[in-house]
Amino acid sequence: VHLTISQSRAASSANHIQPLLVDNAGQFFSSGHTNNWAVLVCTSRFWFNYRHVANTLSVYRSVKRLGIPDSHIVLMLADDMACNHRNPKPATVFSHKNMELNVYGDDVEVDYRGYEVTVENFLRVLTGRLPPSTPRSKRLLSDDRSNILIYLTGHGGNGFLKFQDSEEISNVELADAFEQMWQKRRYNELLFIIDTCQGASMYERFYSPNLMALASSQVGEDSLSHQPDLAIGVHLMDRYTFYLLEFLEDIHPASKTNMNDLFKVCPKSQCVSTPGHRTDLFLRDPGSVLITDFFGSVRKVEITMETINLTDPIKQVEQRKYSYVDQLPVSEIIHQKPKQKDWHPPDGFILGLWTLILLVFFKLYGMKHLKHIF
Amino acid sequence: MGLLSDPNRRRALISLLTRLNSPICVVCYMAGVAWFMGLAFEPFTLRTYMSENAMGSTMVEERFPAGERALTTGREFSAHKKKAGGMPVDWLVKTMQARGLEVFTQRFSRKLPFPDENKERYMVKGTNVYGILRAPRAPRTEALVLSAPCTPGDSNNQAVGLLLGLAQYFRNQIYWAKDIIFLVNEHDLIGMQAWLEGYHHTNTTGMDWSPLQGRGGSIQAALSLELSSDVITSMDLVLEGLNGQLPNLDLANLFYAFCQKIGVLCTIQGKLQRNDWDSVSGYSHSVQTMMLMVMKQASGRPWGDHGLFLRYHIEAASIKGINSFRQYKTDVTTIGRLLEGMYRKLNNLLERLHQSYFFYLMPSLSHFVSIGYYMPAFGLLAVILLLRALDLWVQLVSSPGVLSVLTPLVISHLTGVALYTLPIQFQEMAVEQFPVSETEAVVLTAIGYNVFLFIYIGWRVLKLVAVLYLAVLLGCTALINFSLGFILALTLVPVAAFVTPHVPKVLSAFILVILSPACTLLFSVFFFQELQELPVSFQEGWLLYLSVISQGILDHFLYGSLVYPLIALLVYPCWLLFWNILFWK
Repeated sequence: VHLTISQSRAASSANHIQPLLVDNAGQFFSSGHTNNWAVLVCTSRFWFNYRHVANTLSVYRSVKRLGIPDSHIVLMLADDMACNHRNPKPATVFSHKNMELNVYGDDVEVDYRGYEVTVENFLRVLTGRLPPSTPRSKRLLSDDRSNILIYLTGHGGNGFLKFQDSEEISNVELADAFEQMWQKRRYNELLFIIDTCQGASMYERFYSPNLMALASSQVGEDSLSHQPDLAIGVHLMDRYTFYLLEFLEDIHPASKTNMNDLFKVCPKSQCVSTPGHRTDLFLRDPGSVLITDFFGSVRKVEITMETINLTDPIKQVEQRKYSYVDQLPVSEIIHQKPKQKDWHPPDGFILGLWTLILLVFFKLYGMKHLKHIF
Repeated sequence: MGLLSDPNRRRALISLLTRLNSPICVVCYMAGVAWFMGLAFEPFTLRTYMSENAMGSTMVEERFPAGERALTTGREFSAHKKKAGGMPVDWLVKTMQARGLEVFTQRFSRKLPFPDENKERYMVKGTNVYGILRAPRAPRTEALVLSAPCTPGDSNNQAVGLLLGLAQYFRNQIYWAKDIIFLVNEHDLIGMQAWLEGYHHTNTTGMDWSPLQGRGGSIQAALSLELSSDVITSMDLVLEGLNGQLPNLDLANLFYAFCQKIGVLCTIQGKLQRNDWDSVSGYSHSVQTMMLMVMKQASGRPWGDHGLFLRYHIEAASIKGINSFRQYKTDVTTIGRLLEGMYRKLNNLLERLHQSYFFYLMPSLSHFVSIGYYMPAFGLLAVILLLRALDLWVQLVSSPGVLSVLTPLVISHLTGVALYTLPIQFQEMAVEQFPVSETEAVVLTAIGYNVFLFIYIGWRVLKLVAVLYLAVLLGCTALINFSLGFILALTLVPVAAFVTPHVPKVLSAFILVILSPACTLLFSVFFFQELQELPVSFQEGWLLYLSVISQGILDHFLYGSLVYPLIALLVYPCWLLFWNILFWK
């Protein structure tokens, strides 16, 4: 239901406040989502990949702080760093040296742990194809009005992300999974953040609408880790997520910061790699998308002392194409992307090569074999 | 027609082969030697780097504080050692228990095949003492070992003291994911062999030992510490183990990385690194370091207590503290910190060290040459043998039967077997008859086996078989112990290449003897002493040579070293075949 405010000013006495309310209310309901979900995945195990778990847990912490409840967060951690035998501070995971911030906390709820974090489980969570016995905490129960934040971290390469040292997910699979989500009406808008080496390759193949993607490095670049902690003996965080966390610490549920500020997080001088983002599939202008649209779960409540006259017929503030009713057909979107052609050598070249091979063969072994051919 | 099936082309190839055979052989030999010498040239080597992800960089904070206390403990150990006249077992057990370790002892005894003059022992009885620090939260599936030898006299007291100091410090930390075994072994290698055999439930050398009461998990890495002074100027790393086996290069990289981080001077083969690789003296320094490693690896004996671990696929190295005349001294606390850092990094390991090279040569501590780079040197020498074999094959008029070569082969090998078994058997008899010590009796019985055979087949057939046999033998040896294979190839390949019945007999006989394995060993002994900058006179050199042979035989019986049987049973019969070809009638 889109609530719009009547433009009529005659009813209210304090008519100079009405336009302000109108604008505020209009912006208030401009995003179109009613609930928020987050899927946070750390894909690497082993003690020396401590920083990936710390990355994921710090995003988890921010997302929880800004209001998304545990029931709407699917947290997947491939290894247990807090209780690893090598952890000199058991039951903690620190994100900053000098142990300023313990992101493990007291109330972390890990939904997929250890060997349960596999490509199959991840894709099943996204697409909803889970066996009936799966508990609610392990399901992504989103609907067509959900804004979903997906955060992936681990070791990656050009076009793939490594899960658990034994398998990979490719960017094509990921794009297809998101397309399945679109067709099953499982999201309203989706923000995809990835912090791995060559992360930008993972969002190259997306083709479903309403996707916005951020990555910590371009193809051919490595994402670097931030700082080691000498007491614990490992790197604690990756640079991109470190500066992302710093940025998010300043966000509170009423912040009006928008996505353009998020794109500026961790410039090359701090990150060494070049973070990238992709907004061509997203139908709203990134400048009008609030951070809290994805990172927080903001209740649509505003206290006002004014009465608002709703007797006039409700009409749309603007005609925007962000509802499923008006969705663009998928095939049009696919054809807007340039098709990637593989290079084949020209046909004449192959013909010439075979002629050369045949000639050499006959020269070497004598022309008498030729009569067997013709 | 094809290249080989066309008779004209074939004849042309064969004539090319016969005409150019000797020049190509000479060129290959020079190229092989030049390649080998070029390995020490720094632009041809690679810098060492850490290959194992789990060990990462040296980013731990070492906090070991108790160097002085370790020295005090070392002095106590020395006093008790003097009082007990050997290993002070009760004191060690009590001290280790006071530090919170689970302490166990192992008794062992061994009667050597003949008395060892270098270490003056014949009937060896001893006790190993070891304490296990259990990992606080981990299951007992993996272990690391830190060992220090209990040597008679004044050496290695500080090593045991530091071991006990580290044990106390490690016991207070909670981040150990593997059990740490602190081992003090008596009678160095014999005790170590007994402990390892007991730990792994094998008995390959016929030693008598009591079974181990306590055990950690499977050992991932081991370090052996030798420290005989309160302050040191440098730390030396010893890698060569039994049969020329080397630990994974990552262990050397770990040591070097920590040396650089803490700022301790580190050496390999006792030689410091130099920066002037483009000068003649700099290059010769690298060559010397590399040749020392080659010599040590070729001898096939373990050059530190770590050498016996390698057989069980446990990466191990020895660290020796050296106190020489330098201005800057390092104290025991710093050494403790270095070891603490190394053990913390080894603690992070998830699997055995396997990412880096197992076969390499090190012209300096920061540079290495891997098997892919040094093997062509040997390959060039082996090509000579193959060319000669081809040459002989095309000269053969009729294809020979296999049985005709069997007789000389069998007889040569029987001589080899005699060389292998008789010295030990007859040393008792020799000692009674002649006024020589047992060791000398063994060695003298080993020298001078020359069998003249009269063979009734063409010498070409025998030479063909001998050359191919030598090629296979040297190839297999070079794969396992490159240094031994290369040194044998350097001397035996010219022998195999040039010897025929038609060369002048006296001169060739002389050259054959000079290039035989026995004389090669003699020259190597002198060369080795030169490299270590401790040149010896001929008398001392000869005595050293005799002791080397007796040690080689002892190594074989005590620890299973394969150099002595290889030389006696395989290389020597091969050489005998060439001797016989020379004297063919």
